[in-house]
Amino acid sequence: MAEITYREAVKQALREELQNDERVFLVGEDIGRFGGTFKTSLGLLDEFGPKRVRNTPISEAAIIGLAVGAAATGLRPIAEIMYCDFATIAMDQLVNQAAKMRYMFGARLSLPLTVRIPMGGRRSAAAQHSQCLEAWFVHVPGLKVAVPSGPYDAKGLLKSAVRDPNPTLVFENKMLYNTTGEVPEEPYFVPWGQANVVRQGTDVTVLATSDMVSYALKAADTLAAEGVSVEVIDPRTLVPLDVETIVASVKKTNRLVIAHEACVTGGVGAEIAARVGHDAFEYLDAPIERVGAKDSPIPFSPVLEKFILPDDEDVIEAVRRTLR
Amino acid sequence: MEVDHVTKLGLYETMVRIRRFEEVVIELFARGKIPGFLHSYLGEEAVAAGACAHLRPDDYITSTHRGHGHILAKGARTDLAMAELFGKRTGYCHGKGGSMHIADPDIGILGAIGIVGAGLVIANGAAFSAQYRGTDQVVACFFGDGASNTGTFHEGLNLASLWQLPVIFICENNAYAESTPQREHQRIKDVAIRAQSYDMPSRIVDGNDVLAVYEAAGEAVSRARSGSGPTLIEAKTYRIRGHYEGDPQDYRTREEVDLWRERCPIRRFREVLLKDGVAEDELDAIDAQIEAELEAAIMFAEESPLPDVSEARYGIFTETAEVT
Repeated sequence: MAEITYREAVKQALREELQNDERVFLVGEDIGRFGGTFKTSLGLLDEFGPKRVRNTPISEAAIIGLAVGAAATGLRPIAEIMYCDFATIAMDQLVNQAAKMRYMFGARLSLPLTVRIPMGGRRSAAAQHSQCLEAWFVHVPGLKVAVPSGPYDAKGLLKSAVRDPNPTLVFENKMLYNTTGEVPEEPYFVPWGQANVVRQGTDVTVLATSDMVSYALKAADTLAAEGVSVEVIDPRTLVPLDVETIVASVKKTNRLVIAHEACVTGGVGAEIAARVGHDAFEYLDAPIERVGAKDSPIPFSPVLEKFILPDDEDVIEAVRRTLR
Repeated sequence: MEVDHVTKLGLYETMVRIRRFEEVVIELFARGKIPGFLHSYLGEEAVAAGACAHLRPDDYITSTHRGHGHILAKGARTDLAMAELFGKRTGYCHGKGGSMHIADPDIGILGAIGIVGAGLVIANGAAFSAQYRGTDQVVACFFGDGASNTGTFHEGLNLASLWQLPVIFICENNAYAESTPQREHQRIKDVAIRAQSYDMPSRIVDGNDVLAVYEAAGEAVSRARSGSGPTLIEAKTYRIRGHYEGDPQDYRTREEVDLWRERCPIRRFREVLLKDGVAEDELDAIDAQIEAELEAAIMFAEESPLPDVSEARYGIFTETAEVT
């Protein structure tokens, strides 16, 4: 095992997949010489050349359209949308084209395309460069969605995505790029649809995604000192969603807190709460609690942004509410 | 451009096939045999026929909501298309797509796409794929004057020009964007002049003159095939039917429609052929053959089974993830 950053883990996945399959290429804005806004492809242009690492104009619809057309005709594109917020420019291509082409064409083609989407706030980037919009895509049948929380998953889920014959969206969290974690030296894959029980516990289940996993773990440490045993589960992928592991945990702890950075209303927490509420209704000893951004555009000023976005304190409060 | 006898008869046959297909489905739609809605290509046959005559089975097209003409010109079968319009299991998309989404990747039909303008960037993807794989395949991308006002028109043409992609952008200027006449949706009269801003060659042709379309498309296809990049062809034509079947068409006059009926591309070409010494019997034989083909297609569609609801969610994802 080697201790590497989330950024390096993403880059390793890209490099290994470019090496593995000639059909794989990268496409996106500023991903060439500049190495990507978050430097996840730095050096790959030199290593693989301009045929495989395609720097584009600022044209998000053209980037995803290119990926759709290329995937439909035998290639395996990995597109980057620089900021999650910019996916809105490519919504038709993602939602009406990529997600639906296989189905509406009678399963006559597959679309093995991957879109990497850096998301999230906590950088004073304000309302148009900070959003977490993963729930929008979870709502569209035909798209697979991952939200890796650390280097191991960032690499393993991305590699699985590139080999998947379907449109896959990988939402990387900007605040995680500099975080480190252990990653095997040898190639490996993380299968989609298998939740990770990050920390075992008996009193409350905290289901956390992306960077909320680290806040959940911090909350679990604090609560452990008070004698509360918290189980932390990271679903890793939202489509497919490993409901079984979540429900099994809730049946054990009888309490559930769901934490994501995206705003609460209409977030994936709502969907997961509904599923658990149905499948584990008689096991619940308290209402399911949701932790997320307060419903608001993300503000610029750090003091305001910190207030809007959820952290470990919000998780702790939510856990306490379930224990009342 | 010298066009041989066989090619001329082929152009005639394709146009008659499209015309009769459209006339037949209009009638079937009126009789309630075809659900949903129908955008007729009637009157624009010369564009699809002239352009697709240069394409090989392994070349690609992207089509539109008004797509019957394009797919038939590219070699789609009338029986499978008819069955799809009927919503039958035997149709091209097994009843999942209908009139607006017929596709056959086996012969390069990357689908009729129902979102105006979306095909422009997907065509780039297929063209990029051909370029990347080192083949001399080309892509014909059909769209209308309405689509020339979408953002993807700009993103698509810019990228195609920048990367010298083998695309033939074929703007079927049929004078209306749904109900809005061209003079009310853009100040320019010729969409083709926009090519200049992408440093892209362009041509304006009489879209009701199949030989003119054939000649212009031939030049553009040769350019694309030889690696010299994209072309924008504007074919001036006219939509004889409404935007959709049942359109009250109160936005245009009967006189205007009648004027364009006089310019019928099939009648015009038939006259040219007869003047060139083609025997009337030979053309009548083609007409008769198309009638027989369509009768068989209707029978096939009528007699085909409806899809079973157990198939309703089949084909959303490709099932076999080949993670290794």
